[in-house]
Amino acid sequence: MHLPPFETLIDAHAAELHRFLVGCVGPTEAEDCLQETFMSALRAYPRLHDADHLRAWLYTIAQRKATDVIRRMARRPTRVLDGVEPVARSAPEPIDDGLWQQVRALPAKQRAAVTHRFVLDLAYAEIGSRMGISEEAARQNVSAGLRRLRREVTS
Amino acid sequence: MTDDLERRLAAGTPGAALDLNRLRAAITHRAAEEGLIDVAYGAYDSPIGALTVMVSDRGLVRVSYPGDGIAAQLEELADRVSPRILEAAALTDQVRRQLDEYFDGTRRSFDVKIDWRLVRGFAREVLAVTSAIPFGSVSTYGEVAARAGSPRAYRAAGNALGSNPIPIVVPCHRVLHAGGGLGGYSGGLDRKRYLLNLEEAS
Repeated sequence: MHLPPFETLIDAHAAELHRFLVGCVGPTEAEDCLQETFMSALRAYPRLHDADHLRAWLYTIAQRKATDVIRRMARRPTRVLDGVEPVARSAPEPIDDGLWQQVRALPAKQRAAVTHRFVLDLAYAEIGSRMGISEEAARQNVSAGLRRLRREVTS
Repeated sequence: MTDDLERRLAAGTPGAALDLNRLRAAITHRAAEEGLIDVAYGAYDSPIGALTVMVSDRGLVRVSYPGDGIAAQLEELADRVSPRILEAAALTDQVRRQLDEYFDGTRRSFDVKIDWRLVRGFAREVLAVTSAIPFGSVSTYGEVAARAGSPRAYRAAGNALGSNPIPIVVPCHRVLHAGGGLGGYSGGLDRKRYLLNLEEAS
């Protein structure tokens, strides 16, 4: 089995994975998340048995890292004692209308599917292959995500 | 059906520029600290062109001349050594420093570990013999074949020298035709001549 030099994975997939992660966790966290994705991938790389689905494998790791970040953000206090605002970790997020915050609040699979569909503009078959699920399951995850977003946007 | 929500989603997310160089630098730095780089490579500007130095966890594994097709060579290393390959010039510093000294005329032999994993069988014997030819002297294909154990295999010796993965450091440029002709050189005869002149002058 032939695995390509790890370097070529970074060159081939970093930009698109980054867009995916911006969709999942926002621009402030995306770059760290991408770095963690590649570090985890590099650690496991020589033990990988399937060279045919490297991209799907990277997206699985990225999705997991995004979920970690979202859990961490949920735990982080938004306000500390005496009403003192916490110090911003890095530059504030660019203004968006709150829609992507709601995307980030979706269950992990729906979030990933919606991001693949609308940030990367992928067909359902491709979304399924990247998420390791069927085309039909990908369609259902996007659809469930959209229904949930519509509920929250209108409520 | 595309409704307003889908249009807003498709409009994308704000602030998504990625600094690829910074990402690569960060990954390389952390990977080096964690010992996750099995093959590191770096460019080296020599008087005979831009070389690429490739180093594994066992030692120097390849020195490439410009035009050798670095991508294909890295693919080969991925198969034969490890796919954990990153550009990390700092990890090739020892070799690059010794190359500096060699081209300056202040170093007569290289003191670096060699990873022979790209060389097999008789070729390995030939290159081991070649490594022992001292700075400033020359040998012939027949002589090298004989010392490698097969006096009549000078043609095979020539092939082994022609595909030497570690030129300059394993000095295949010091092997000539018995009649005094230059013979061949993987990096081109101009480079062979340059190296021989450099050693003669030092």
